[in-house]
Amino acid sequence: MPIFAPVGHMFLTFLALVGRVTVFAGRTIGHMVTPPIYFRLIFKQMREIGYFSLPVVAMTTLFAGMVLALQSYSGFSRFSAESAVATVVVISMTRELGPVLAGLMVAGRVGAAIAAEIGTMRVTEQIDALVTLSTNPFKYLVVPRVIAGLITLPVLVLIGDIIGVMGGYLVGVNKLGFNDGSYIRNTFQYLEQLDVVSGLVKAAVFGFIITLMGCYHGYHSRGGAQGVGQATTNAVVSSSILILISNYIVTELFFTR
Amino acid sequence: MSNTAKISLRNVHKGFGPKKVLQGVDLDVAKGESVAIIGGSGTGKSVTLKCVLGLLTPDQGSIKVDGVEMTTASQAERDAMLAKTGMLFQGAALFDSLTVWENVAFGLIEGQGMKPAKARDLAIARLEDVGLAADIAKMSPASLSGGMQKRVGLARAIATEPEILFFDEPTTGIDPIMGDVINDLIVKCTRELGASAMTITHDMASARKIADRVAMLYQGKIIWDGPVADIDDADNPYLQQFVAGDIEGPLELDLKHL
Repeated sequence: MPIFAPVGHMFLTFLALVGRVTVFAGRTIGHMVTPPIYFRLIFKQMREIGYFSLPVVAMTTLFAGMVLALQSYSGFSRFSAESAVATVVVISMTRELGPVLAGLMVAGRVGAAIAAEIGTMRVTEQIDALVTLSTNPFKYLVVPRVIAGLITLPVLVLIGDIIGVMGGYLVGVNKLGFNDGSYIRNTFQYLEQLDVVSGLVKAAVFGFIITLMGCYHGYHSRGGAQGVGQATTNAVVSSSILILISNYIVTELFFTR
Repeated sequence: MSNTAKISLRNVHKGFGPKKVLQGVDLDVAKGESVAIIGGSGTGKSVTLKCVLGLLTPDQGSIKVDGVEMTTASQAERDAMLAKTGMLFQGAALFDSLTVWENVAFGLIEGQGMKPAKARDLAIARLEDVGLAADIAKMSPASLSGGMQKRVGLARAIATEPEILFFDEPTTGIDPIMGDVINDLIVKCTRELGASAMTITHDMASARKIADRVAMLYQGKIIWDGPVADIDDADNPYLQQFVAGDIEGPLELDLKHL
């Protein structure tokens, strides 16, 4: 049965990968709660992961909010429900588009950078050098990045939510002829706290996934420049897929009962 | 002998999948002694070193550092061992996110918790020990030449005044004159620290210069072990072939017939 052998082999490889990632995540969490914790490195990574991702996230969410207003207006006008545009924009942004778009953009920007940096450190023996200098690579390299991802992604998404709603407002008022006061009133009238909170929880989950996958693939890269390139690709692809999967899971946990 | 040995390897085996790299390595490094492990490419020199450092775990056998068994050591015992060792990596392995002095001071600041200002002065003193001027202290390691990177790596390895020093191919990848400078520095630094040293190399000139004793690794075992003065008179055909660099001889080379 030459068809089944490769399928079985792929499945086993996949299970082994899941196991290794789970062990890696467990070790990371273990080191997150035990001293020493390098606060200086956490702040440095927060700047790297959070602050420098602001322009990308702002651009993405701005245009997402704008196009959302445009699309929902043209859709809702078919059954004379144009007034729902502001509500649709704010709920879609806070629940879905803010976290998912920001997560995917940061995965491309930060996940790749983390995998490339740690991967290069692996193949040039810098990680071994850390060990010989009495420094745990998990605490020094992995934990600061993962903590920074956990903290900064929700902040980024909150800013992205606001910018996205502003994008919808700009299109709604300037292009679609809404009254500015009533657009803002409609925005907040049906918005619930849970909409925003669920989005921020998603953002924290995505921040964990992006930084963890970047670190995992970088840490286990081998084989010189090609290996580092492979690690970078794997980090972006796996974190993007995991973002979309976990997005569904978190949504189900929050909104179905 | 084995009681006083700083590093003691007994019957160390290590394989990667079907490939058996180490097949029973026995080696002692006495206190204050400098031992060079020589051997061709792919004979397991680096694997031996990584097993001692705990970067790899041997499949079987015993590795003792200062009498403490490392293969079953707790994290605390391993940390204690690493705190008294320094290592110069083949490619220097300097942290390129840090400046030169931060690299040299890394073990002092992160390992020993020294204040950065004090560590910085010490780092600059160490850089001068290896013949580097203080003005490169603020530069990035990537902007240095290979020979300078090796010397910074050496300064980093000796900064914490370790009792045991490991050198991985210290002269590979640099010109012969700079190689000789590195050899002299290694001899000087290990003497000054009174440290035990374990060097892996395939450069016989380097081995003759820095080692008190030479051990030859071939097919996963130490096949010859003796004082550096004896290597030319030893009647071991494998050793003689390696020292002379002949193609003809008993060593099985991993290549097709030329």
